[in-house]
Parts: sequence; C-alpha cells; structure tokens
Amino acid sequence: MPYDPMLVAPMREELTRLGVQELLTATEVDDWFAQKSGSALLIINSVCGCAAGQARPAIAPALEHPVHPDRVATVFAGQDTEATARAREQFGDFPPSSPSMILFQDGELVHFVPRHRIESRSAEEIATELTGAFEKYQAASEA
Amino acid sequence: MGTFHQDKGELHGITVLVTTAGPESWIGRCDTMMGEHVVLLGADRHHADQDEASLDEWVGKASMVGFFPRHERVLLPHAQVAAVRPLHEL
Repeated sequence: MPYDPMLVAPMREELTRLGVQELLTATEVDDWFAQKSGSALLIINSVCGCAAGQARPAIAPALEHPVHPDRVATVFAGQDTEATARAREQFGDFPPSSPSMILFQDGELVHFVPRHRIESRSAEEIATELTGAFEKYQAASEA
Repeated sequence: MGTFHQDKGELHGITVLVTTAGPESWIGRCDTMMGEHVVLLGADRHHADQDEASLDEWVGKASMVGFFPRHERVLLPHAQVAAVRPLHEL
C-alpha cells in the first residue's frame, strides 16, 4: 500500500530538485523509453533506509561529474506502481530491485546497480561506481 | 552495517547468502538472526540436487543483477545454517 503522499514528497524532491524527471504514469515511461539515442539513467526510488541513506545522496555527486547521462528519470517503487511496473517491463530479465539504478546507452541496458550493492555501501562509493559506468559507456559509444 | 533496529543483529536489512548443512542455499534480505531462526525476507533458493546452475553460478548471477524474491519469508533454524555472508562481499 502506498505511503502518505506528504511523507514521500521530500523523497521525490531529493531527486527532482536535481533535474531528474519523474515518471508518474505508464505513458510517461513509454515516452521516456521511446527515445533511444544517447545515454539515460533510470533511478528506482524507494522509501527504505538505504534509499535515504545511500541511493539518493549518491545521485547529486554522480550527476555533477563531467561525464553524465543525457537524460535522467525516476520511478517510485511502491508509490507509482503503474509507472514502476511499466519501467520494469523494459528489463524484465532482471529481478525487481528497489532502490536500484539502471544505465542505458542507445536504448540498451549497460549497467545495473541492484539494491544489495547500495544497502551496504556509502553514497560516495555508489557515485564512484556510477561515474565509472558513465565514463566507460560514453567512451565506448564514441569509439 | 545494517539499518536501525539494533536488536535484530548487525545484518538486519542486508542481503545475505545463507548456506546450510544440506543442499539448500538461500539469498534474501536478512530480517533477524537473534531468535531461534535466521529470518529472510524476499528470498530465493538454490538446491544443489535440483537446480541446473551450480551454487557458484547462481550466486554469481545474483551478485551481478540481483535475484527474484520467490519466497516472501523464510525461517532457517540456526542448527541448519552453515554460514551467513553479505552478498556484496561475495
């Protein structure tokens, strides 16, 4: 059952204030995935402690990196259930995981950070993993 | 390590691999290890005699991309548990 919208509003704003696009409906998810070119990061947000302590705090430093995705969006697991389910259809071979972060390059999933690699690491370590992936796949796309 | 609820042990909230004295191994989010059981939430099971993939292959895949939580809650008696290790360390 979704939490009180008032309770989760700050959890949404922690990402949207960084310019992360919030996908609230299946249609918005479809539109976001319809654009294939370039790099794109999808963040599965969550109310759990590791989202608050590690996942969301990792996003700001990752996006400040000189190499960062062309587009960044988020769906909120447990809150925006239709949008989250539609997003997960895009990578159905991967188990559901929240929070998690998924990097796409030209529409192809190239890097996945599931919950178990978030819950026991610092925000700095997660940001470092993300920026490493940004660099790796940008370099690959330019080769 | 772990989050809040210190009475539930240091692995509370952490995804772990539980190996047992038998053919079963489990991956799930550790709820508690403090009572008579290791309690996992949202867990998946590997059975050495029934599954096509080896334990190493199964753990390797879970380490990379996670796992499907096919079992909502699993209670494993401490007497049957051989080891409990955080998945991210494997």
